[in-house]
Amino acid sequence: MKFTKDHEWLRVEGDLVVVGITEHAATQLGDVVFVELPEPETMVAEGDEICVIESVKAASDILAPVDGEIVEVNDKLTDKPGLVNEDPTGAAWFFKMRIDDLSVLDQFMDEDEYQDLVG
Amino acid sequence: MSDLDATGLQRLPLHDLHVELGGKMVPFAGYEMPVQYAPGVMKEHLHTRAAAGLFDVSHMGQVILRPKGTMEALCLAFEALMPVDVLGLAVGRQRYGLFTNDQGGILDDLMFANRGDHLFVVVNAACKVADVAHMTDAMPGVEVIPIADRALLALQGPGAEAALERHLPGVAAMRFMDQAVIGEAWVSRSGYTGEDGYEISLPLAGAEAFARRLLAEPGVMPIGLGARDSLRLEAGLCLYGHDIDETTSPVEAGLTWAIQKARRAGGAREGGFPGAARTLRELAEGPERQRVGLRPDGRAPMREGTELFAPDGTPLGSVTSGGFGPSVNAPIAMGYVARHFATTGTPLEGEVRGKRLPVTVADLPFQPTTYKR
Repeated sequence: MKFTKDHEWLRVEGDLVVVGITEHAATQLGDVVFVELPEPETMVAEGDEICVIESVKAASDILAPVDGEIVEVNDKLTDKPGLVNEDPTGAAWFFKMRIDDLSVLDQFMDEDEYQDLVG
Repeated sequence: MSDLDATGLQRLPLHDLHVELGGKMVPFAGYEMPVQYAPGVMKEHLHTRAAAGLFDVSHMGQVILRPKGTMEALCLAFEALMPVDVLGLAVGRQRYGLFTNDQGGILDDLMFANRGDHLFVVVNAACKVADVAHMTDAMPGVEVIPIADRALLALQGPGAEAALERHLPGVAAMRFMDQAVIGEAWVSRSGYTGEDGYEISLPLAGAEAFARRLLAEPGVMPIGLGARDSLRLEAGLCLYGHDIDETTSPVEAGLTWAIQKARRAGGAREGGFPGAARTLRELAEGPERQRVGLRPDGRAPMREGTELFAPDGTPLGSVTSGGFGPSVNAPIAMGYVARHFATTGTPLEGEVRGKRLPVTVADLPFQPTTYKR
């Protein structure tokens, strides 16, 4: 699993990349009450704001970590946004992306580096 | 009230207890306040409605008003600042009040209690310095005494009565808005959650020990500011500086229940408070805009500042408090709209992240209140 400085995790699954938010991010956000997901089959560019998460405290965005195509979104989060707090790195994945070259993931942090960041 | 920390924020007298309990401390109204504890806003909110929540509200301003002449003169002087019947308040009772300005806007909202030979007043933290100056200037015949050596706790929820009765015998017999002095404690049966409960003013010296004894009671949990905000929003209660301020009038804010008959047209002491012309006119003719409850049709919260529109695109006003209501399990909000759009059931639109989303005018409160009247 790889981690971004925006507190997203990325996991390779076949030729796709699964994206979610880290436990640290979920804890900081507090109880998540609303998730807005992107449309499947849309092309996104790195840095695009493609999801909205609203917690009891505030709204935040999830950014596309890399260029690619959204191929699947986790509709369960729409009905059960609290999954983000319960299982942020498992059941509460946000979307799956197809990217041209999986080696672009090498730029991101591994778990130890990420843990150093959030200390 | 107590020491300043390195950031210039004041610390609550129970600061160390909040830190020990795992409180996440944030700046609020010049104080370092616990916004939540480990369970988080949602669980703290639901726990308060199911059992009992202990809140530290020592940041609020406690003030004693003592007459230099008679109590009647004090009550009349206080009435000159508010559209509220002070003279008619019985000993041992508390009432909601509002300081108004000459334009009929609201300078602060407050609670005041008649304690026989003086009044006890609780005002908002952010306004307390200005309120004390205002009262001192406007009431030369009254001794205005800010109380800096007492903490203020709130115990709220269905379990509050049984828990507090074991420590302050007699509180169970109090009714909503009663005020009593029990030993060194000044107790009122009131709060800011829509639940039955109490506010307890205590000398600083014993306050932490008292809070620990309450926390040791079954069902009592410490509750942070985050849940205090969602609880009061579900109860339809105004937050000063957001839902009411110097530009909103009591009538626009739907606080006409706080303006007793004696101060209205034809009453024994009609008018005679700042901005009376506007208040009496709005009581007679209706205000141009009104505070309303709002229920977004979807799941996306509409937060403070969300612009509101009629379905044809006409701008109507904006959201003044909004978020998620854990007990109603849906997004809820309050805001101001032009009067003709203020009827319950009126379909409106709120602009969230550039999109106009449907929202419906709703009755307040969102959650039924459980006061012991």
